Amino acid sequence: MPISSGSDADLTAALADAVRAAAADRRALEIRGAGTRAGQGRPVAGERLEVAGHRGVVDYDPAELVLTARAGTPLTEIEALLAANGQMLAFEPPRLGRGGTLGGAVATGLSGPRRPFTGALRDYVLGVRILDGRGQVLRFGGTVFKNVAGFDAFRLMAGAHGELGVLLDISLRVVPRPAVEAARTLDLAPEPARQRVAELMRRPLPLSGAFHDGERLHLRLSGGRAGVAATADLVGGAEADPGDWTAIRDLAHPVLSGGGGLWRIALPRTGPAGDFEALPWDQAGGVRWLRAPAPPTGAEAAAAALGGHLQRIRGAAGPAFQSLPAPLLALHRRLKAALDPEGILNPGRMYVEA
Amino acid sequence: MLDQFDPRIDPEFKPVDPEALRARLAPLLPPGGLLTSLEAMRPYESDGLPAYRSLPAMVALPETVGQVAAVLKACSELGVPVVARGAGTGLSGGALPFPGGLLLVMSKFSRILGIDPVAMTARVQPGVRNLAVSEAAAPHGLFYAPDPSSQLACSIGGNVAENAGGVHCLKYGLTVHNILAVQVVTLDGEILTLGGPAADAAGYDLMALFTGSEGLLGVVTEVLLRLQPLPETTRLILAAFDDVGRAAGAVAAIMAAGVVPAGLEMMDGPALRAAEDFARAGYPRDAAAILLCEIDGQAEDVAEEIARVSDLLRTAGATEVRVARDEDERKRFWAGRKGAFPAMGRLAPDYYCIDGTIPRKSLPFVLAEMGRLAELHGLGVANVFHAGDGNLHPLILYDANLEGDLEKAEALGGAILELCVSVGGSITGEHGVGREKINQMCVQFTEAEVNAFHALKAAFDPAGLLNPGKTIPTLARCAEYGGMHVHKGALPFAHLERF
Ligand SMILES: Cc1cc2nc3c(=O)[nH]c(=O)nc-3n(C[C@H](O)[C@H](O)[C@H](O)COP(=O)(O)OP(=O)(O)OC[C@H]3O[C@@H](n4cnc5c(N)ncnc54)[C@H](O)[C@@H]3O)c2cc1C
Repeated sequence: MPISSGSDADLTAALADAVRAAAADRRALEIRGAGTRAGQGRPVAGERLEVAGHRGVVDYDPAELVLTARAGTPLTEIEALLAANGQMLAFEPPRLGRGGTLGGAVATGLSGPRRPFTGALRDYVLGVRILDGRGQVLRFGGTVFKNVAGFDAFRLMAGAHGELGVLLDISLRVVPRPAVEAARTLDLAPEPARQRVAELMRRPLPLSGAFHDGERLHLRLSGGRAGVAATADLVGGAEADPGDWTAIRDLAHPVLSGGGGLWRIALPRTGPAGDFEALPWDQAGGVRWLRAPAPPTGAEAAAAALGGHLQRIRGAAGPAFQSLPAPLLALHRRLKAALDPEGILNPGRMYVEA
Repeated sequence: MLDQFDPRIDPEFKPVDPEALRARLAPLLPPGGLLTSLEAMRPYESDGLPAYRSLPAMVALPETVGQVAAVLKACSELGVPVVARGAGTGLSGGALPFPGGLLLVMSKFSRILGIDPVAMTARVQPGVRNLAVSEAAAPHGLFYAPDPSSQLACSIGGNVAENAGGVHCLKYGLTVHNILAVQVVTLDGEILTLGGPAADAAGYDLMALFTGSEGLLGVVTEVLLRLQPLPETTRLILAAFDDVGRAAGAVAAIMAAGVVPAGLEMMDGPALRAAEDFARAGYPRDAAAILLCEIDGQAEDVAEEIARVSDLLRTAGATEVRVARDEDERKRFWAGRKGAFPAMGRLAPDYYCIDGTIPRKSLPFVLAEMGRLAELHGLGVANVFHAGDGNLHPLILYDANLEGDLEKAEALGGAILELCVSVGGSITGEHGVGREKINQMCVQFTEAEVNAFHALKAAFDPAGLLNPGKTIPTLARCAEYGGMHVHKGALPFAHLERF
């Protein structure tokens, strides 16, 4: 049975009223959960729509491996409930501050270190209930793993930064916790380390994290007892505490924390890293972390040239996101208008309004 | 019959003079790339749902992205509807031609453009057969995980359009989980790349939106697939039950225990006996149901899991638990499952495959209720399905030559899908809505949701020319269909005019 935390509340009706009223006067709304991810995305000039109060686990049946919770539910509450049942969120959302909500995690779409091994956040979203820009409640997807009826608008909500709808409830596929977890550190320079990880990934090994802090390679293993033990022997290095991975997940590792800003530069995992080669990396090399008040000039073009893109996670300097080619940007605007015709939901959060 | 498009409740387009269309398209295509004669078009009149047939005005077989873009642009300018087609194995009439429109056949796009064993990706054209990818990746110790039972024939483009699954998607995911990027051409001839070689491409997740969009948003011209390392060890358990409900209970028990099987399939008595007669798989003929549970991974861990699952199965009441002795026996057990559809020919002249999904906990109830519905409609049903993810494939047995039998089968199919929706499931797990389930969309979604789907489509295809009359019903259709289906006392689409 779902645990009720006492402060659970279903604010659907009040939130719908607020969106309808805003739509009627074409007033922009800034959707706000716990505010822990404010560094991501451009500032929104609008009235605050507070959604953190819409909270609580609506349904959780461990045997179904599905959990449905209101968007304002704190991640910590969900993860504690799952842990008590031997389960977890496979996409390992980073916690970027106290009280971070499920809705914030889904809207910003960031996946944690497991991303290259077990998939992205959006891969685990089974369904959503949202308010569109007219204040209508829409339900996309559901609580079953396989569902291809209609367009998969539920996956579209992951990483849309609230521009396409106010997230109300989210149904997630959850996974059993691995039987064992282990961690290792290896004294390998960044490039040889990345190659080593690429080699390891070509074999069916229980890897669940590969991070390089500039000096050492950190590996995490999760899975069955025998597989983890054999893989730990195979990779060698020094034993470490898998608990260290919380800091890597939460971007709180010493090479990621502090400083004026943090940029995430996603690149093809095994491709050349160009000017970014000296940066610490996570996700087996698929993500480079740039800690700086602002990215150097030309960084956006350099990322694009390597087949990647950058995004601001902390800080205030631009750009918040990689700019889009013109036809794609036009399509984004049409999609936003499709679900939010008055343009009132987090307008300009991702890209400058037309 | 749903293969008859109805201008009152389906999209309608101004007819275009075929001569003018031919004159416009022929120069854009390679020699022989435009078929207009009846006999040349006949093979394309239906897909894997042969009960539905219709002929387009003409069939185009482009060979390059440039040709696809030029043809789409021309059709857009002339207002001609376009239906894309891959291998035509779809089971929901998704590639059914639109009368008076163009059928765009992607079979010439049959090249694997490259396999990168280091990045573990394959760049392929959309006409490449699903199985061909895994065959090409095997020398590198890699495979492409989504494995629909039709994998010998179906195309990657069709897989993307349907977000195809397979027996191993329980562990390895659906198509959307195994692709990195798609190149698509929109109706105005624009070539877009959705997703990319780096994770989480900038902007909205359009690759995820596009996957499973059933040819309504654009035409896939290239796909970047994610490959996986072949597992070290794979073992398969066959468990027999003397009661279908107990087999369903065992499925729930396995999943609840935290096991992640590579596949977990179920066949009921009629299905397993037909499959046994067909494939000599070695199934226990007297069982009421069997489960096939595959475990893969590191050898020792697999051995541990096999022991654990065997115990769970016995506790759940299995009358027999058999672990495939060797690769030969494992392949044989699977051959029965994979041959189950063709084997239905032994039970009835025709079968109609349904594709609902339900929460696993509803399995015993839904299986029992389905039996009752089948009796009510006077038709037999055999069940062979992806039990682990609650994806049912009841096969309704009928005889198309018997007056009224097909209509009975359709009615029973519709009732089963509505049963799935009523327990919180979906009308389609992997075969798509296509033409077949267009009416049931009105049951699963509200008017506002259907409107949202139309709006999303219009963002890609404002004139609605791509695969019209499929997947997203018009409100007029829902009004007509909704009039016959009153749910929980509320009449959906109540304010709309009824025909
Ligand atoms: C015996 C049998 C078993 C099956 N088992 C499974 C199974 O286990 N799992 C499963 O998921 N499915 C299964 N299917 C269904 C079918 O094989 C899949 O839906 C497959 O993905 C269809 O691919 P196709 O190339 O045949 O597509 P088609 O049937 O040609 O087309 C299907 C849809 O995709 C669109 N389309 C095709 N190509 C493109 C393109 N290039 N760009 C845009 N749109 C396109 C079409 O317009 C149509 O809407 C089975 C079918 C059969 C006959």
